[in-house]
Amino acid sequence: MKIRQVAALARLELTDEEASRYEEQVGQILHYVEQLKAIDVTGIEPTAHAGALFDVVREDLVTGGGLTREEALSNAPMVAQDQFRLPKVVE
Amino acid sequence: MNPATLTLTGLRAAYAAGDLSPAEVLTSLAAEIESRDPAIGGYLSHDLELALADAKTADLSKPLGGVPIAIKDLINVKGHPCSCASKILHGKYTSPYDATVIRKLREAGAIPFGRTNMDEFAMGSSNENSGIHPCRNPHDPERIPGGSSGGSAAVVAAHTAIAALGTDTGGSIRQPASHCGIVGLKPTYGRVSRYGLVAFASSLDQCGPMTKTVADAAAMLEVISGACDRDSTCLDAPVPRYTEEIGKEIRGLRIGLPAEYFAAGLDPAVRERVEAAVKSLESLGAEIVPVSLPNTAHAVATYYIIATAEASSNLARFDGVRYGHRAQADDLIGMYGKTRDEGFGEEVKRRIILGTYVLSSGYYDAYYLRAQKVRTLIRRDFEQAFAKVDLIASPVSPVPPFKLGEKHSDPLAMYLADIYTISANLAGICGISVPCGTVTVEGKDLPVGLQLLGKPFGEAELIRAAHAYEVTRG
Repeated sequence: MKIRQVAALARLELTDEEASRYEEQVGQILHYVEQLKAIDVTGIEPTAHAGALFDVVREDLVTGGGLTREEALSNAPMVAQDQFRLPKVVE
Repeated sequence: MNPATLTLTGLRAAYAAGDLSPAEVLTSLAAEIESRDPAIGGYLSHDLELALADAKTADLSKPLGGVPIAIKDLINVKGHPCSCASKILHGKYTSPYDATVIRKLREAGAIPFGRTNMDEFAMGSSNENSGIHPCRNPHDPERIPGGSSGGSAAVVAAHTAIAALGTDTGGSIRQPASHCGIVGLKPTYGRVSRYGLVAFASSLDQCGPMTKTVADAAAMLEVISGACDRDSTCLDAPVPRYTEEIGKEIRGLRIGLPAEYFAAGLDPAVRERVEAAVKSLESLGAEIVPVSLPNTAHAVATYYIIATAEASSNLARFDGVRYGHRAQADDLIGMYGKTRDEGFGEEVKRRIILGTYVLSSGYYDAYYLRAQKVRTLIRRDFEQAFAKVDLIASPVSPVPPFKLGEKHSDPLAMYLADIYTISANLAGICGISVPCGTVTVEGKDLPVGLQLLGKPFGEAELIRAAHAYEVTRG
């Protein structure tokens, strides 16, 4: 496994020590899960969740009850002009 | 009388008799927490003033009127902190809303009081992954309370809480309940709303009661179950009167014993206690039937692919933008990476990496899709078993609680101890852990739990059998 590449996909900036430790430990876990490759799953449908297999629908109406802007921003590390403030994205 | 030692049902009786007020109970609980919890570490925080304010309006005529409930620190309670025992949120987040389970508890008159310790983001089986401080087993403080709802189990066992809420993704209610000698019930997937729970693995997570008795668990489950218009996986199935199952007979109930759950790796003393409990059920008139769950050996591998894949996606929301910790960096991508590296603990990062890998291009079919297919096989095992029996009985954990630090350097060894609990989450069925005696290890009596597993939405039978056993056990 290319640990740096996976960590970049997960937006995790690892130290060198972390990268080598996780590479070894995750490698051991992946080795263990190899056992699934020996199981015959021909024609078996995947299970994404164990809930009952039907959709829940409701009237397409605005129901309200969400957070106010103030509540939504109340835990933000940085706020400017009633919005989440981020580091500069565009030069 | 110290009200903290009361059961939920006992506290309700004391209120009905006019012997106590909610304010008195909260005040004495707070005193118990302050004097005894530092040695256990079951709570991350508690706020007596907030709870006393809630107590003023608590309606004692309601089913849980005036009952303080300790809350696992991943469930949102408006105005309370919610850290998931993670540095990425600790001290940096106050919930702006109530989870549906909290709304339902409040409507039934209960008072959320105290935030319980846990493995960070519910990832762990020992509570050693708490990013804030360790939690210890009240029966032997050198040992783990189990996890991930270790704090909820420990505070109920230590009588620094009346009852608690936990969550169970792979055994996180049942296993700590077993290790701490209390009752823990994982409802069927879709029985209880997940709205307002910080998600770990959305197809596996369920919230449930952790209590001193089966009757207490029934009373809480009756309140928190039911449809929720903010969780489309939460079913609009009628909620039975679970409390009416208390005291019913179990004569004729068919209970399956899966051979695979009594195999190599099971501690002989644990096995003996569980088999004795099964004998008790038989003496009450239950019919014991051998069953087979042939794909049990693949459950751990299947679970750790599916759960980590879902976690890697769910935890993407912790990016330093909307809440929690933010690291200083010059650009946005750098801010994400540094924030997450600083904020998440070791086990969380390890699982995010594994989950990201099994979902990544080129590996998805080999790992994630294959695991989903094996999940189907595991689910079928239970469907076939439940065609023959009403309940399944087994151990909860193959071993008694171990010492803090004993297994911490070997994540895979820790995962393998989840073998008897994770299949219930993969199959979406319900389960309960009920204390069935103790084993003596190094001079300490350590609790053992009996696990009963039920059909989807079979909580009533689960409660009936668990209570019948509890009465016989004494």
